[in-house]
Amino acid sequence: MRGISKRFPGVVALDDVTFELRRGEVHVLLGENGAGKSTLMKILSGASARDAGEISIDGRPVEVASPREAQALGIATIYQEFNLVPHLRAAENIFLGREPLRAPGVIDRRKLEGEGGRLLRSLGTGINPRAEVRTLGVAEQQMVEVAKALSLNARILIMDEPTSALTASEIEQLFAAIRRLTAEGVAVIYISHRMEELALIGHRATVLRDGRVVGTRTLPAPVPELVRMMADRDISEQYPPRTRRRGEELLRVEGVSRGSRLRDVSFTLHRGEILGVAGLLGAGRTELARVVAGADVPDSGRVVLDGRALRLRSPADAIRAGIGLVPEDRKGHGLVLKRSVAANLALPQLGKLARSGVVSRAGEQALASRWIRELRIKTPDARTAVVTLSGGNQQKVVLGKWLAAGADVLIVDEPTRGIDVGAKQEIYVLLDRLAAQGAGIIMISSELPEVLGMSDRILVMHQGRVQALVEAAQATQEGVLQAALGLAS
Amino acid sequence: MMPADVADDRRAATSTQPRARIASSARRLGTLAGLLGLCLLLWILTPHFLTTSNLLNVLEQTAINAIIAVGMTFVIISGGIDLSVGSLVALAGVVLATLLHGGTPVLVAIAAAIAAGALFGSFNGMAITWGRLPPFIATLGMMSVARGCALLFTDGRPVSGFEGGFRAIATARIAGIPAPVFLTAAVYLIAQFVLTETRFGRYVYAIGGNEEATRLSGVSVRLHKTAVYAVSGATSALAAVLLTARLNSAQPIAGIMYELDAIAAVVIGGTSLMGGEGTLSGTLIGALIMGVLRNGLNLLGVSSFMQQVVIGLVIVGAVLIDTLLKARKS
Repeated sequence: MRGISKRFPGVVALDDVTFELRRGEVHVLLGENGAGKSTLMKILSGASARDAGEISIDGRPVEVASPREAQALGIATIYQEFNLVPHLRAAENIFLGREPLRAPGVIDRRKLEGEGGRLLRSLGTGINPRAEVRTLGVAEQQMVEVAKALSLNARILIMDEPTSALTASEIEQLFAAIRRLTAEGVAVIYISHRMEELALIGHRATVLRDGRVVGTRTLPAPVPELVRMMADRDISEQYPPRTRRRGEELLRVEGVSRGSRLRDVSFTLHRGEILGVAGLLGAGRTELARVVAGADVPDSGRVVLDGRALRLRSPADAIRAGIGLVPEDRKGHGLVLKRSVAANLALPQLGKLARSGVVSRAGEQALASRWIRELRIKTPDARTAVVTLSGGNQQKVVLGKWLAAGADVLIVDEPTRGIDVGAKQEIYVLLDRLAAQGAGIIMISSELPEVLGMSDRILVMHQGRVQALVEAAQATQEGVLQAALGLAS
Repeated sequence: MMPADVADDRRAATSTQPRARIASSARRLGTLAGLLGLCLLLWILTPHFLTTSNLLNVLEQTAINAIIAVGMTFVIISGGIDLSVGSLVALAGVVLATLLHGGTPVLVAIAAAIAAGALFGSFNGMAITWGRLPPFIATLGMMSVARGCALLFTDGRPVSGFEGGFRAIATARIAGIPAPVFLTAAVYLIAQFVLTETRFGRYVYAIGGNEEATRLSGVSVRLHKTAVYAVSGATSALAAVLLTARLNSAQPIAGIMYELDAIAAVVIGGTSLMGGEGTLSGTLIGALIMGVLRNGLNLLGVSSFMQQVVIGLVIVGAVLIDTLLKARKS
């Protein structure tokens, strides 16, 4: 790709970008949100048109005007949200729209499943081609996507944040599959926010910033240098200084169990404390958050706040008690995307803003202005629909809902997922400030450096149980990871 | 803040956002333009259309559908659908008529009919929330149950003949304008206030936009959703009052296919069947388009069979234009 430019009204998304991909390499594309990675990939995959520049494959200039043309050129994209049909089998998904037929309109099921199985095995997975996709785990579904790309004879595979929902062992499995592909000459463009993965899988990394190429490095390259290239500043302190002090006990969870996902979980949370919760996917962290936030009712055990046992039958009960949840799935559970910033901020407090059912517009506006200012939410105005904001700003809106509600206990589930470095910093500062004001914060995170850097104590979960509860000052990445794997306590 | 992020936000600030807002008001103006264009066409085609008496007639004829469409707008914004409104019109009508025949004071009888509509509507809501039924199924069932109740209640016979005081609701004119027009206006003003200024109204949009996020924000989704269907039942009952007064008769087979007219008015008015967005002003224009179209086709002497074809095409065409415009933008 040479000299690629793309303009949107008011902003240059890509400015004279040149990007080279070699056969059989994994080329990592780095950059903050809005740096132009997605736009560049959309142009390559035919989803978006370029304003200037040219694309050539094997030295020949090509036109990629539509996703279909991209497919014909051997360019396949695996998006963060998979394009799979849940109720169809794995093999049927792989060949969707290109089913082998034995008579006009009649699917050759044996060939379909044989070919599907062969592709899946070539990736080193044991997925049954006849398994319905909805019964597969996230990692397995991703393998089905990769197999689908292979069945199209893809020579260029674009993967957008492929590991964001995977556990450590699943990531290893994915990497093994990628290595097999590259050994056969497939080139992979790999977009990720996870710096620790780069050296494991990537051969080269290109950093984009503000729609321009900052540079390309051969991997392994020093992470601080890459981060500097992305952010254009030295992030010597990744985590803000602590201004909080641990106070008296605020919340006590006693013997909470729910199904097989939560088993006899007990812990305490103090005022002025950030309690990190670590664990692998499926360890029960999100389930724990939902129980404490009243979204799910536990089978047994109790939640005690300020010495009083709570009756949590619904989120409304938890909110009344002063417990707020910033859910993992920001768009699905945290926000009403079509509604405005003000409407979202006001949602949990409309009871307070309304007099005999009539909402005070002035009150709502004042509330919105205050939190937009305090949280530095970047939005044209309070009436803007949240769907148009960047991920970091959307997350601030979700946080703002609970700050405005005056929550004493704040549960944040993956608070910085998919958020760029700058916005991450702001959220870290915000969490510290809240704790300093006396709130207790439960922070669930899959990013170990974040858990270690932000927490005062760390609760490690494994298969629904508390595997370890350690002071963060004494914790190491290896120690926490071992506990999360169930190896030590 | 990072430069990249600022650039990202500036993009949102300068283009997407105001454009989206302009697009939504342009959509409403487009529907209004459609209504005016239709009127213009009929004015050219027939001398009988643009007369005061005919226009008032159109408004009067539109009143019943427009009022039912108010409740339907609430339901559809909340992400649901209500197929039972036509049957609820019949049920509320026979309840009202029977009470009036039994000597119940007019206002009490009307209140009781509206309460009955709201009650049956809330049954829909409960089946959907506590029973976790899809709105389509729950209200499809109620469509049959309410119709059956109306038939059982009257043994299948119409209940007719009321005193003039009651009939005045449909027949009276104030300053030359039919009373149903005032009633419709009042219903829209109140509903508009409820939808945009009250907590309940905000919750209706929030539930339609993202039910789980709303629940996690501490809102009792079940209660408010149930209330939405109660509102729909109540507006159906109010329409039944008007219909009964106009016909001087309540019929257990009244209101058949009314649900489709109401849904059509809401959809032509630009409310998304996906929920989370929509306006009552759009619904009113949608109901007027339906009314003007029926009236115009009658004036032009188009057969009733042909009218069904035309109206069906207009409904599909209106939504088609909408989706095509949306597709072009993205």
